[in-house]
Amino acid sequence: MPELELAGPTETSDGRFGAFGGRYVPETLIPALDELEDALDIALADPAFLAEYHALLRDFVGRPTALTAAPRLSARVGAPVWLKREDLNHTGAHKINNTVGQALLAMRMGKRRIIAETGAGQHGVATATICAKFGLECVVFMGEEDMARQSLNVFRMKLLGATVVPVTSGTRTLKDATSEAIREWVTTVRESHYIIGSVVGPAPYPRMVRAFQSVIGQESRRQLLERTGRLPASVVACVGGGSNAMGMFAGFVDDADVELIGVEAAGHGLHTDQHSASLSKGTPGVLHGAMSYLLQDAFGQVHPAHSISAGLDYPGVGPEHAWLKDSGRARYVAVTDEAALRGVALLSRLEGIIPALETAHAVAWVADAAGRWAPDAPVLICVSGRGDKDVNTIIQHELPSV
Amino acid sequence: MAFASVTTSSDAAGAHALEARFTTLAGEGRKALVVYVTAGHPDRARSAALLAGLTDAGADVIEVGVPFSDPLADGPVIQASSQQALDQGMRLDGALALVDEVRPHAPVVLFSYLNPLLAAGPDVLARARQAGVSGLLVTDLPVGADPEREAWLGSDDLAFVRLVAPTTPVDRMREIARHGRGFVYLISRLGVTGERDALAHDLPETIARLRAATSLPIAVGFGISTPAQAREAAALADGVVVGSALVRAASESVDSALAFVRQLRAALDGAP
Repeated sequence: MPELELAGPTETSDGRFGAFGGRYVPETLIPALDELEDALDIALADPAFLAEYHALLRDFVGRPTALTAAPRLSARVGAPVWLKREDLNHTGAHKINNTVGQALLAMRMGKRRIIAETGAGQHGVATATICAKFGLECVVFMGEEDMARQSLNVFRMKLLGATVVPVTSGTRTLKDATSEAIREWVTTVRESHYIIGSVVGPAPYPRMVRAFQSVIGQESRRQLLERTGRLPASVVACVGGGSNAMGMFAGFVDDADVELIGVEAAGHGLHTDQHSASLSKGTPGVLHGAMSYLLQDAFGQVHPAHSISAGLDYPGVGPEHAWLKDSGRARYVAVTDEAALRGVALLSRLEGIIPALETAHAVAWVADAAGRWAPDAPVLICVSGRGDKDVNTIIQHELPSV
Repeated sequence: MAFASVTTSSDAAGAHALEARFTTLAGEGRKALVVYVTAGHPDRARSAALLAGLTDAGADVIEVGVPFSDPLADGPVIQASSQQALDQGMRLDGALALVDEVRPHAPVVLFSYLNPLLAAGPDVLARARQAGVSGLLVTDLPVGADPEREAWLGSDDLAFVRLVAPTTPVDRMREIARHGRGFVYLISRLGVTGERDALAHDLPETIARLRAATSLPIAVGFGISTPAQAREAAALADGVVVGSALVRAASESVDSALAFVRQLRAALDGAP
């Protein structure tokens, strides 16, 4: 049975990644976080739990997902490009890897009420899906602005029996949906489990979500070795909160020769204040329970993020990414809204795969970096999700010719 | 008076002022009325007028809230007041300037989320004390979460007030009390700030557990919205904190806010 990546080399015993991470939450939540941490460590060491988790990934989610060669994109890039197909998961994105694991954990803790936040709606759908399967009550918080641009996912969540609560405070996007989900958790902490959708939040959430997403990196590593006999030169993934990237990086962080590249959303450009590039342009600060890089003003007020992609539209980022950046182990770059649309067109027309706008950021960066790799150096892209949810956004723009 | 060394600044500054206030109240057999207001709400002028009037209306301790963009421990009333103050440019520095200008006679406790304090720089504690602040309360920095920064926040002559929740186990209550100064802020119920119809049913039991764990005065807050509730909670503790209900009154007018504080005072002092 494949193992889960429990504690990576970057982790310290107090739930920190170097100076980042921690538990900056109201006192009310501390005992719940202690309980969660204990339950997590017991579960991850329990063969019965791991067997159930992996059986669900196989029989319900459809894992392992394919590793697909991308020959026409490779010709453009000048190196063999490989695609890890998280878009082929049940519900259409990597998010379900995490919700399956956390739902099993919630039930082990005797909690049958689940709270979640969602931006693009993929995490909300993945949570609603597993809650439906296990008969758990599901309440999803979603910004009003995101509900408008992701109406299809709102409908899917309701169809699955979840309650979707519109969030009207602040910027009405993922940031405020997360705050509202935390407020709900503080209020109902004795009976509810909060399934955070990314590698953010107070310890042990970043480590736990990374553990449940590490299946992406471990499968990719094994598959690429089988197919090519070598490791990738570079691994590329988009970063909003950073869960698909962290799951992918977890498989390669110990391979010192593998370059790890996270692609943030540059929105209208890094020279503007309309982007979501917390690692590229932010400074350390505290949001939603963790110390990490953050878009903020000189007074410590959080600056609203912008991205064409609702899933990357978040002013913070997972603390382990902050640590990987400062330690130099991973490199973080950023790609504009306009380039992301080019990424959608490229992968759709060259490879027959319509990617999510989030994923398209990673595709666009690789395409723009054509020529930087040796002709035989594999480049691995995490296709974090499929683009069906984004057609309402994409249709409003003219796609570039490829 | 116990703090004869204070010369030019108001006699209500520094940690000793807060400690002295609770000692005096205990000596008189009275309960502390701790009130919360958001700095700059509903606007700077009215916020200053409210601050200036609170002591005479009967407040013993004044918590001055620093507006923050993401107040995840606050309910709708304080969230809205915070946003309104931010929209008009109120920040941490502005809150300190406001306190300095008004110099309320009751001790002031700065009530903030961690991020604005971090952004304000290492001299923010000294600046707060010079502005007349006596104590500091940080909503999202529980005991043990960040020992280095907790040591920093407790390093100046400001009382670093810590919070206890209904979920806190008794061992942890002792640990929290050991790190706290001034008083212990007991969160009366699960959830965020906001008005409620009744006190939490397990409040007497929670207070009894906390009482066994600390000799610091205990002030109970979260959801205390009426004079009757204030009186009921105060009977169990050393004081009560009233926030959202006062902020809502302040949205109407300074006069209604001050009238509300007078009602709370009367209820605590046992007026029939």
